[in-house]
Amino acid sequence: GKTMVKPPDQLDLSEAELKEEFTRILTANNPHAPQNIVRYSFKERSYKQISSVDQLAIHFVLEGNLLHKDSDEARRQRARDGIPEDGAEDAGDTEEGAGEERPDSLEISLGKKERKLTNQFNFSERASQTMNNPMRERECQTEPPPRGKFSATANQWEIYDAYVEERRKQEKVKEKQKVLSSKKEEDKGKKKLQLVENQSDDITKVAKVAKIIERMVTQNTFDDIAQDFKYFEDASDEFRDQEGTLLPLWKFQHDKAKRLSVTALCWNQKYKDLFAVGLGSYEFTRQGQGMLLFYSLKNATFPEYIFSTMSGVMCLDIHKQLSYLVAVGFYDGCVAIYNLKEQGPQPVYRSTARSGKHTDPVWQVKWQKDDTDNNHNFFSVSSDGRVVSWTLVKVLGGTLRLSLDLYLKPFLSCGTSLDFHKQIDYLFLVGTEEGKIHKCSKSYSSQFLETYVAHNMAVDAVKWNHFHPKVFMSCSSDWTVKIWDHTIKSPVFTFDLNAAVGDVAWSPYSATVFAAVTTDGKVHVFDLHINKYEAICQQAVVAKKTKLTHIEFNPAYPIIIVGDDRGYVTSLKLSPNLRKKPKEKKGQELPKGPEVEVAKMEKLLSLLREPETVPQD
Amino acid sequence: MFCVKAEVEETLKRIQSQKGVQAIIIVNAEGIPVKTTLDNSSTVQYAGLIHQLVMKARSTVRDIDPQNDLTFLRVRSKKNEIMIAPDKDYFLIVIQNPTE
Repeated sequence: GKTMVKPPDQLDLSEAELKEEFTRILTANNPHAPQNIVRYSFKERSYKQISSVDQLAIHFVLEGNLLHKDSDEARRQRARDGIPEDGAEDAGDTEEGAGEERPDSLEISLGKKERKLTNQFNFSERASQTMNNPMRERECQTEPPPRGKFSATANQWEIYDAYVEERRKQEKVKEKQKVLSSKKEEDKGKKKLQLVENQSDDITKVAKVAKIIERMVTQNTFDDIAQDFKYFEDASDEFRDQEGTLLPLWKFQHDKAKRLSVTALCWNQKYKDLFAVGLGSYEFTRQGQGMLLFYSLKNATFPEYIFSTMSGVMCLDIHKQLSYLVAVGFYDGCVAIYNLKEQGPQPVYRSTARSGKHTDPVWQVKWQKDDTDNNHNFFSVSSDGRVVSWTLVKVLGGTLRLSLDLYLKPFLSCGTSLDFHKQIDYLFLVGTEEGKIHKCSKSYSSQFLETYVAHNMAVDAVKWNHFHPKVFMSCSSDWTVKIWDHTIKSPVFTFDLNAAVGDVAWSPYSATVFAAVTTDGKVHVFDLHINKYEAICQQAVVAKKTKLTHIEFNPAYPIIIVGDDRGYVTSLKLSPNLRKKPKEKKGQELPKGPEVEVAKMEKLLSLLREPETVPQD
Repeated sequence: MFCVKAEVEETLKRIQSQKGVQAIIIVNAEGIPVKTTLDNSSTVQYAGLIHQLVMKARSTVRDIDPQNDLTFLRVRSKKNEIMIAPDKDYFLIVIQNPTE
């Protein structure tokens, strides 16, 4: 039968149960795969369940032995077997081979293999390793050469300095070659000197800068005076009608000169701020030592040069061109020449009794132009009645000697002052103790050209005018200052100053301005162009009871220096009224120069020549 | 001018005795103070600083004209004035207060 047979152990289910639907899902899960594999996670330090478990079930594995022809393994195999890579290459090779002979093609194919042919029957490779020499390191360190750092800049002036140094060396070599044989001994002596110099104290090298610093410091200290000197102009002069004033500037004094009087003053022509002061004494009873000082306006506290002398200095003169030569006349009748360039407290030359020194105080010395042999010479006048010319003669030995040349036979009276004409070389004036003035010439040594009866007492100073060739001035202790025309025997102007006049001086900038100092401590400044009868300035510049002895105008600046009997030198600035130049007329150009000055003076003189009488004070 | 030691010493003494001078320093070419009237630390400071200034100033002057050279240098400040005079081997510094 084909009837359904029920097995006996078949489950009996009800109809409802039979119709129940049972869902069966087909998944790809592997029923044998574990579901909860747990692995230890070192990161979280705990066991963690793996999220996905591999569901792959492998039923059968068979490994094959086929290689893809492009893979690495396949290529390696081909290279091993020597089979060409591409079919295309193969074709090309065979073409080549066909073009050549057979043995060659064999070689070519052989060459391509590039494999070492080894005899498989009788080949054995033998390798051995040799001993490697042990390596040893050997080091040696030398002492490094001494190093110094050098740095320099290449500036324009460094290059210049190098060239100058080079040039000097070359010149030295040349000199040495010239004086080699004859001066060997001298060189040795010089070498010794040089050694000594190097060993001398370092402080001496600072001398020059110390001087500069001193001047700077002094300038600061006396700043207001320096400013006044340069820039101050007294404005009140405009209101003062025609009078002027003197502004005191620096005062020069030296400790060692306190008991001495200023006996001579002289400005240096070349360095217009340098002046010389001679110190001595006019008193017969108070004779002692003297001094010669040089001051510069740049340093009022200390002299630039100091010379001490045995006898009082009575007069001095600085050479116009060679401003380092100073001629000095002394109370004991000597004359001396100092050379400022030489170091040493002694004069370069000094006259002695043998060389004809004066027997009485020398009152005035004046340098002259060099004579025909280019020797320097100067004149001196003294109370012993002689006017003497001294010449510096260079003798073979190299030293200087004064030679004597008497110009005037001794005249009876004693000379007290001397001045040479500014333009006419041979003409000079001598003032005497009796009050006479003699006009003399160098060419006539025995006679005077003219004699003027000038004063009642000794003539203290005679001065030619700087501009006008005929005018000169004289002063005396008889309280008067007189102005002369040397062609006229009587004075053109006379001024009474109420006190003994120590000195007069013409101004270097105007023919009509002059100044005088008196023993009552006053300075009188006159300008004949403005006022013919009176001084336009009378001012006491020193303390009472101090006598003023000398006065000098500065050649460049508007200042004067006055010396007194206490050894002080005071500098004063002239106010504008005292330095007046004639006013310009509108539309006309003012002619400048000495001719104007001469013309001014001439005009004054001509006014006086017409009337017979001389204007009295 | 006598370059004798005594003369130079005297000059320096006179400078020191001037109104308002506070100090004098002598410095050699390498910038080392040789002689001073000021205390050590200030001296060294002044010497070092001023040395450079002087070199610069001198270089400036000579660069413009190599035949020219620096004569002196003044540095004026509110409180005082520093004056420097250079030489080939040395330079001298003076500090002054002129309004004292």
